Amino acid sequence: MAVCVAVIAKENYPLYIRSIPTENELKFHYTVHTSLDVVDEKISAMGKALVDQRELYLGLLYPTEDYKVYGYVTNSKVKFVMVVDSSNTALRDNEIRSMFRKLHNSYTDVMCNPFYNPGDCIHSRAFDNMVTSMMMQVC
Amino acid sequence: MEGLTLSEAEQRYYCDLFSYCDTESTKKVAPNGRVLELFRAAQLPSEVVLQIMELCGATRLGYFGRSQFYIALKLVAVAQSGLPLRVESLNTVKDLPLPRFVGPKNEQELRHTALYSSDADNSTPYSGVIPPPPGRVQVKKGSVSHDAVQQRTSTDQQESTSPVVSPQQSPPTSPHTWRKHNRHPSGGNNDRPLAGPGPFWAPFSEAQPGSSATGDPIWSGHSPPPHQENWVSFADTPPTSTLLAMHPASVQDQTTVRTVASATTANEIRRQSSSYDDPWKITDEQRQYYVNQFKTIQPDLNGFIPGSAAKEFFTKSKLPILELSHIWELSDFDKDGALTLDEFCAAFHLVVARKNGYDLPEKLPESLMPKLIDLEDTTVVPVISEVGDQSGEIGYSSSPAEAPPSKSPSMPSLNQTWPELNQSSEDTAIVHPVPIRMTPSKIHMQEMELKRTGNDLANPTSPLLVKPPDLSEENNVSSSKFVAGNTVADGYSSSDSYTSDPEQIGSTVTRQRSHSGTSPENTAPPPPPPRPHPSHSRSSSLDMNRSFTVTPGQQQAGVVAYPPAVPPRPPPSQGVGPHVHRPVDAESLIAHTSTSPQQIPEQPNFADFSQFEAFAASSVNEEEENEIETHSEVLQVEKPSDSAGSLRVSKTDGRVEDKAAASVPVNAGKGTTPLAPPPKPIRRRLKSEDELRPEVEEHTQKTGVIAAVLASQPSIPRSVGKDKKAIQASIRRNKETNTVLARLNSELQQQLKDVLEERISLEVQLEQLRPFSHL
Repeated sequence: MAVCVAVIAKENYPLYIRSIPTENELKFHYTVHTSLDVVDEKISAMGKALVDQRELYLGLLYPTEDYKVYGYVTNSKVKFVMVVDSSNTALRDNEIRSMFRKLHNSYTDVMCNPFYNPGDCIHSRAFDNMVTSMMMQVC
Repeated sequence: MEGLTLSEAEQRYYCDLFSYCDTESTKKVAPNGRVLELFRAAQLPSEVVLQIMELCGATRLGYFGRSQFYIALKLVAVAQSGLPLRVESLNTVKDLPLPRFVGPKNEQELRHTALYSSDADNSTPYSGVIPPPPGRVQVKKGSVSHDAVQQRTSTDQQESTSPVVSPQQSPPTSPHTWRKHNRHPSGGNNDRPLAGPGPFWAPFSEAQPGSSATGDPIWSGHSPPPHQENWVSFADTPPTSTLLAMHPASVQDQTTVRTVASATTANEIRRQSSSYDDPWKITDEQRQYYVNQFKTIQPDLNGFIPGSAAKEFFTKSKLPILELSHIWELSDFDKDGALTLDEFCAAFHLVVARKNGYDLPEKLPESLMPKLIDLEDTTVVPVISEVGDQSGEIGYSSSPAEAPPSKSPSMPSLNQTWPELNQSSEDTAIVHPVPIRMTPSKIHMQEMELKRTGNDLANPTSPLLVKPPDLSEENNVSSSKFVAGNTVADGYSSSDSYTSDPEQIGSTVTRQRSHSGTSPENTAPPPPPPRPHPSHSRSSSLDMNRSFTVTPGQQQAGVVAYPPAVPPRPPPSQGVGPHVHRPVDAESLIAHTSTSPQQIPEQPNFADFSQFEAFAASSVNEEEENEIETHSEVLQVEKPSDSAGSLRVSKTDGRVEDKAAASVPVNAGKGTTPLAPPPKPIRRRLKSEDELRPEVEEHTQKTGVIAAVLASQPSIPRSVGKDKKAIQASIRRNKETNTVLARLNSELQQQLKDVLEERISLEVQLEQLRPFSHL
């Protein structure tokens, strides 16, 4: 279960960011922001020749003592960043991948909406519901 | 004040209005605020309103008494007709049209129309939705209705401000009136601070709340048509802009009114909704309207409306983008960025509802869901929606459950992919390997049976023993044969590669089926499952060629011997089992014979089997063959109780075949892959029973023959592909093999028929003997 989910646009500004412990939101925002550097690093590491083969799932971007940050980038350079609580050791890589896949699917659904202008913040309720389902069930 | 002479209609109308304004129910005085709102709704310039108030004496009194109110209303009518406001004009002006008020008046008129129109079919898509529809005070409807009629007949002067002119008429019949209505600055939208424009919708929203005592059903009836009109009026948006100014006033008016009567209306709405069950149901009129609108954008009813066109269209409704976005999310069911007719109707309906102040649902209501089960394709999900013929694309979602997940990289043409999905799934279903597996195992079983019968009878041991190898070979080769000669797709061949267990199980299943007394008609053999040599079809075909070229000749001599072995394919172990367990061979034989005919039909679905049978048929000793066959059948045939045994046997057969296969390569001394399959049956037999040992030996002999045959021909490994000529040669060989196999098949079929006749005769005999045995 994710603690924070963020969708970052190509220009590295957030399209959607939501975290569960709402009191410490700023910390997660900062974490996501710093993780973007790692994402860029991973993207550029592949090189131009391998752009097509680059996998969308970036894996663990960097762990901290409290949580782990996972990254996923689409072919249009839209990044999904997920912060997961470190104590949640049961989460396997496959689960993270599936969560990112769900995120990607919901994101594409949002893009399909003609009323959504790419680059706008995401206000879709369906997207929100999906993210909620992924977030930790922390009250 | 001078006396005020009012016509009867005016009297009623004014009375209604007064009651409307008389929120405090004083019956005498109308509060200034309410009256002012009303006058503002009359769309008169404020100075005119002030003048009116002064003239009627309200400013003097500070309140609107009934007389003042009536005078004021009359003055409003005068002003609206464009006549100068004069006290004298009150009585002098004849045939003065009733004053028009936007908003409140609309509601009243709507109520009246509701009253008088017996439109109950439009059930309330919205009435059921409830809460927001603020209740409106029910004004006396009688006068209003008349007013409405009069207004209807009113001249163009009043068009701009005429409230629902002919609401009384059934909505569909008076589209133009609706339009007028639209132009009305319908007194504000409901609670929603919709960005301005809901002029069209406002009247309806008011109407709905207002549906308290009387016109409830009618309210619902009216709500839809107005919506339709409103949409039409979208094109007329300019006129409405002037009316926007009136909104705030009317809004306030409405809100206050609503709060008062909300309770009653809510109850009534609930009653209505309960009577009509589905608040989101689209009425036929609405649907027709939506369809027409759809046609204006997309003439083809089965086609899509692209997202951009839909965006433009719905943007005209002046709903906030966020809400439109949500509506889109709800209505674009297949998430393809385009709207089919059903989706469009759902979206339209939602916009209409939203305009009327109904909250957008979180999930698409069922009645709005596009009908996915359109074509005969199996679809899962959604259900209904009223019409539903279109959306061929939607209907294609035979796997709607799959569709959503597969949406991922959003495909605008997702709809088109659905048919592909369906077809592909169907294709895959067709190509499903399961049925195929049974064949080889059956063949093996039959081979075993043949062996058993041979052993039991101790007659055609050699032929039987020889036969199994043939069978095994056939099985092995059949895979390749099938690959070459079968019409079945290569997918079948892949099925053979599956473990023998499923095959055996499949065979046992078939056997059990035979127990159920399937008719010989079942013998029509399903195309034999090609053996798994997908990558080596050529090689396998070569094998076949070899085997065919050599074995036929070789087997011709042994055909006589073989035939007997052919029929009792089913697990030889089965035959052995029964024999072992039932010392009375005769009984077992009889029993088996009774069931054998049944089994035989089941088994023969394999080219191998037919081949063997063909050999058997061609044999000279037909009788012997028949006997042997019957025996084999007997062996094969298992009593239902033996099904378990058959299972065992099948498994053992598999193992035997494996062993045989292992042995074959040794014998053959060929490491070519083609040899691998042939040995399989042998392996099975090895394991099945000791009795099979000689059979195994025979098998090995047979396989040795086959191997020799194979060896004789140059192995064409995968490298053949590289050699065009070799490929062509292999193709030729395959074709030859095909023809040979076809011939063989026909021969085996013939043999099968003979065997079946034999079986039937045996059954008859059995029946005759039965009574004796029971004595």
